[in-house]
Amino acid sequence: MRPLDIAYMWDLVPVIAGYVPLTLFMAVISMIAALVLAAILAIVRVLRVPILDRVVAVFISFFRGTPLLVQLFLFYYGLPQMLSFLTSINGVTAAIFGLTMHFSAYMAESIRGAILGVDRSQWEAAQSIGMTQGQLLRRIILPQAARVAAPTLMNYFIDMIKGTSLAFTLGVTEMMGAAQKEAAGSFLYLEAFLVVALFYWAIVEVLSVGQRRMEAHLGKAVAR
Amino acid sequence: MSCEIDVSGLVKRFGANTVLDGIDLCLKPGERVAIIGPSGTGKSTLLRCLNYLDRPDQGKIAIGDLTVDAAKAGKAEILALRRRTGFVFQGYALFANMTARQNIMEGLTTVRGWSKEKAQDRADQILTQIGLGDRGDSFPSGLSGGQQQRVGIGRAMALDADLMLFDEPTSALDPEWVGEVLDLIRKIADGRQTMLIVTHEMQFAREIADRVVFMEGGRIVEQGPPGQIFGNAQDDRTRSFLRRVG
Repeated sequence: MRPLDIAYMWDLVPVIAGYVPLTLFMAVISMIAALVLAAILAIVRVLRVPILDRVVAVFISFFRGTPLLVQLFLFYYGLPQMLSFLTSINGVTAAIFGLTMHFSAYMAESIRGAILGVDRSQWEAAQSIGMTQGQLLRRIILPQAARVAAPTLMNYFIDMIKGTSLAFTLGVTEMMGAAQKEAAGSFLYLEAFLVVALFYWAIVEVLSVGQRRMEAHLGKAVAR
Repeated sequence: MSCEIDVSGLVKRFGANTVLDGIDLCLKPGERVAIIGPSGTGKSTLLRCLNYLDRPDQGKIAIGDLTVDAAKAGKAEILALRRRTGFVFQGYALFANMTARQNIMEGLTTVRGWSKEKAQDRADQILTQIGLGDRGDSFPSGLSGGQQQRVGIGRAMALDADLMLFDEPTSALDPEWVGEVLDLIRKIADGRQTMLIVTHEMQFAREIADRVVFMEGGRIVEQGPPGQIFGNAQDDRTRSFLRRVG
């Protein structure tokens, strides 16, 4: 057994830290896009919009039923063979696209469940004062559903941050890619991957604190 | 005087079950009408159809210059009808994500397009009227049943509706809260607000209503001034119902 090369790990910290913004960038953009897409998908399903409802059901089934890595390879290595305008797509864009599609499918199901959990009387009360479908969803139903769905959505965001490490397989040098390159030069794989693991862990821990604060805030309306 | 609210030939079916079997009803401006009758006879369904919470299968609803025909009612007409009819629910149905004041403001800002300041002033007036001037910032979960129902009434009042519909407004309340809610409805009735109220509170119906309508089996069996219905009903079914509840 050899001891951990702590000094080497310490030297790696600023190197990996330099790639944190790229990881967060991919995760945050994907999360925002996925939330918007998921809300739309959920509403289509809840309102049983003709035809679209079926399309969305297949979309969700596919993106939940296949691995994220396979989806990323399809977007980045597969599709450009057929659609030539995609040949110039870079790894970061492809990763964001894949993460968005993949997680929106999961998030749509959470949001749909949360919407269905809002009491029927809330819909009727909103209708009774003359709200349009859009107004009642935006003002009454979605805010209440958001409170229910928030913890699950936050968990998906955490998964998404970790999922950005797969961008490495599309040739993107992010935290994981950087660690891999460093280790390839020094042969200190354990140290390099340990540092990158600690980075992910720290990011997720910081987010968990934010999550608890957000839930306390959203729970305000039901507190006495 | 002509009808302000004119309902004609209203039919509502749930599957093979005909819940409303041709309802004709005329309310004159400022008239206060109480609907009584056994459970499951379509009283609540009638109110819900007047607000299009349930879509009638046949018949017409006219409120002032607006006529909504069940055969060809479109989205715009339904929204217009709802804006002219305030609905008070048995179970309050306050917006759980909003404070009492926001519940009352919502119809003014989102539906009627008022500025926030103007809506807030109006909501504060209404909060005072309903005796909750100091509870505007409370969420529904922090209010008693009676207080919640008063906010529910305030939300409907804010619409300045031509017709207010009360669907068993005290049935879900603990006995201790019934009085304060009836007092508020009495106050609104005193203001000669045209209203239709489904209730099991016979004494209350007798006291505030200009006219009492007795429904059974999806039809209006008999109607007349409270003195006549409660004192000298013509139809056996009315008399038998009143004996059971009285």
